[in-house]
Amino acid sequence: MSLLKVEGLQVHYGGIQALKAINFEVKQGERVALIGANGAGKTTTLKAIAGLLKLQQGHIFFNGNAIDNTPAHARVGLGIALVPEGRGVFAHLTVADNLLMGAYLRHDRTNIRSDLERYYALFPRLAQRQKQWAGTLSGGEQQMLAIARALMSRPRLLLLDEPSMGLAPLIVKQIFNTLIEITQEGVTLLLVEQNAKLALQTCERAYVLDEGLVSLSGAANDLLKDPKVIHAYLGA
Amino acid sequence: MDIFLQQMVNGLLLGSIYALVALGYTMVYGILGLINFAHGDIVMVGAMVTLSTIGVLEGHLPIGVILLVACLVAIVVCVLMGLLLERVAYRPLRHAPRLAPLITAIGVSLLIQYSAALIWGKQYIALPELFKPSQYVWAGVEINALQIFIFVLALLIMASLALFVKHTRLGRAMQATEQNADSATLMGVNTTGVIALTFAIGAAIGAVAGVMIDLYYGQAHYFMGFLLGLKAFTAAVLGGIGHIGGAMLGGLLLGVIESLSAGYIGDLTGGLFGSNYRDVFTFFVLIGVLMLRPSGLLGRATTERA
Repeated sequence: MSLLKVEGLQVHYGGIQALKAINFEVKQGERVALIGANGAGKTTTLKAIAGLLKLQQGHIFFNGNAIDNTPAHARVGLGIALVPEGRGVFAHLTVADNLLMGAYLRHDRTNIRSDLERYYALFPRLAQRQKQWAGTLSGGEQQMLAIARALMSRPRLLLLDEPSMGLAPLIVKQIFNTLIEITQEGVTLLLVEQNAKLALQTCERAYVLDEGLVSLSGAANDLLKDPKVIHAYLGA
Repeated sequence: MDIFLQQMVNGLLLGSIYALVALGYTMVYGILGLINFAHGDIVMVGAMVTLSTIGVLEGHLPIGVILLVACLVAIVVCVLMGLLLERVAYRPLRHAPRLAPLITAIGVSLLIQYSAALIWGKQYIALPELFKPSQYVWAGVEINALQIFIFVLALLIMASLALFVKHTRLGRAMQATEQNADSATLMGVNTTGVIALTFAIGAAIGAVAGVMIDLYYGQAHYFMGFLLGLKAFTAAVLGGIGHIGGAMLGGLLLGVIESLSAGYIGDLTGGLFGSNYRDVFTFFVLIGVLMLRPSGLLGRATTERA
């Protein structure tokens, strides 16, 4: 059964129809990418799944249940975590408090402690900066913090919006390696990424969005070789 | 020197009450970017409700119990008012241009004032003399037990609030909502609830401030929320609006400045201005501070949030 299923999703955003009719699904344990040009509707799709935007039409099923009317904050409790574009860290909270905010809905104190230790081990730079305000971190460190913070909710589905944006290639590589490591432990990933090549190399399957519609889909390896994809998104 | 010390003590006492009221302004501003002009009037209602409760209970119960009950009634009434205000007047305007909730706040303030005038009348209402607090003289400074009690209670409330916001899960959620409401939602925070909680806490602290004003001045009046609110708002701006520690510092400072200017303004101007000009002097200080530090004493330089 699919963990996430999106059916005929329509969203208006600032007076324009950002999503016309999006259909796709993500299975438990998969890594799936949404790629496409600027303004194709990738971010809008993630925001709609997280509940930050209202749907005009269509349905979102999570774990088999329609969540169209579930408020955004309650979707976190179901196991959906979004790392937003621009990271959205709490600039005037410490790194440690940002991570604790990720565990806001959890009450298992001892496990929260051990998860904290785990993500500090995974991202040692966060450990060094635990007591610093998040706003003082570099872009790469903020991205690591945003990812670790989302994982602190113990999500089943991690939605990642443009994690590579504005970061040095070496940091991007580090972050993506860590992501693969995390998904191998059972977290399902839906990745939105401007860098189509990176996204296709990281994920198993992908959907190509074009002006609010899914124009292509398939295994990531096939799409990497698809002439249309190469021409439009891989810049060859 | 005696006058100086005496005015310092008076100022700190008055300032601790300003600080409590200022917290209500600063917390709501921090989370919504809204100046809740009706907050001073909520404090007024707290003071009025307290007087009414005391009037009903006087002579039937021990004084301590009466005061405690009156305080609890005031807190309940003020919290309900704060929640109702948020729900009816501000929540529908959450995504409206900033000017709309501001004008609404002014309207609500007038509504509360004139409703209070209908309920309690337009005359001053006096606090019956419940007891004679013991008087202390120390180094030429007079202070009574009640004043010490007010000051200590105000400090305790401020310390508890600071601890709550910094070290509890809900307090962190308040800070997170203030800094980035969308991100807070993505952590599972019901930001609507957190905003309501912020109004409730501000109103509860305001209610206690209302009780203190009754005890301090011995009287209350339907219009007193206006100047009190203006001063508390000034205190919040002085300390850095949106900053909880700033509201506390600003409140205490404002009280001291007001008190010292009341004590010295006559001497300094050769009798040209009397102590009734203290408010003018106080607001001059505010303007001066804001010219040098536009974001207030402890405020962060305002940057647009992403």
